[in-house]
Amino acid sequence: MSKFNKKKGSELPAVNTASLPDIVFMLLFFFMTVTVMKDSTIKVENTLPNASETKKLEKKDRVIYIYVGKPTPEYQKVFGTEPKIQLNDKFASVSEVGDYILQERAKKAQELQNVLTTALKVDKNANMGLISDIKQELRKVNALKINYTTYEGDAFNNLNN
Amino acid sequence: MARRGGAPEVNAGSMADIAFLLLIFFLVTTTIETDAGLDRMLPPFEPPTEEPPIIKEKNIFTVNINKDGQLLVEDELTNIKDLRKKAVAFLDNGGAPSGSPEYCSYCQGKHDPASSDNPDKAIISLKNDRETKYGTYITVQNELVGAYNELRNREAQRLYKQNFTDMEAAYLNPETPSSIRDGLKDKVKKIQDLFPQKLSEAEAAPPGTIN
Repeated sequence: MSKFNKKKGSELPAVNTASLPDIVFMLLFFFMTVTVMKDSTIKVENTLPNASETKKLEKKDRVIYIYVGKPTPEYQKVFGTEPKIQLNDKFASVSEVGDYILQERAKKAQELQNVLTTALKVDKNANMGLISDIKQELRKVNALKINYTTYEGDAFNNLNN
Repeated sequence: MARRGGAPEVNAGSMADIAFLLLIFFLVTTTIETDAGLDRMLPPFEPPTEEPPIIKEKNIFTVNINKDGQLLVEDELTNIKDLRKKAVAFLDNGGAPSGSPEYCSYCQGKHDPASSDNPDKAIISLKNDRETKYGTYITVQNELVGAYNELRNREAQRLYKQNFTDMEAAYLNPETPSSIRDGLKDKVKKIQDLFPQKLSEAEAAPPGTIN
């Protein structure tokens, strides 16, 4: 047992780990600030429809999002209950979609500009008229690759209400 | 600094563990889930002066959706659950007579001369009302894509003993090593050519014109 009874005088000082938490906290704050959870708050009701034959939307940097749906209750007083288009953080009309796509496309790196996908996040209760208008606008600015974003599930659930 | 016999220092050794725990929590939770959906290509916007190609009536499979979500498939009122079966039968028909250049050797359908000649010629035309619900539209799209996938899976099973959807997912996944991806590229292309997705969408009709 004498092995463990070291003399107090000759004890090596322990490596000071007091700054370790600081380093880790620094990392923590770095990750907390860098990871973007959501680029925009969604101001429209956005219950996506279900579909089973889906493909994954890889590579976030190549996607432009368009949200469509009824404004949420807090915005209904101002914007009514008809489905609206939301681009970035604000409501927009159909005619602004083309400009928005061109703007977003210009922001992307040169080599990505031809491989962009437009993800349509549309509430399942929206009418197709609005979607058709958006599609026309997308065709005009040559944004032909689109993705109807859906939840994974049985497509027949969409018909229930 | 701490004098012998003085108050012992608070042990801060576990502080790092707590911080690590938080760090790992944030690292794990902020991985944003990848979205999934139905990929579609829109037709290019071209001036309407161009002469549209002449397509035989029998090679077109018309699907109309009215504002109440009812389907009119080939002029027949159809339940949406039967749509996939009908689309598969149409695409897989292979109506061209054997010996002609358009004959479809891999089709297992009825070879009915009154329906589509071969999958390459077969076009599905989808038309919807402006007041059709988006959910219904997606269901119809899903069924039509499902019909194509079903046939492509069948061919992929026959040729490569693999499902087409799996092959395509592996091909599109950026984490797949490029050696495997190069091998898959030709196979995916070949199956896509056997059953090319030809889905034409008309502009939405004004309300009330599809009944």
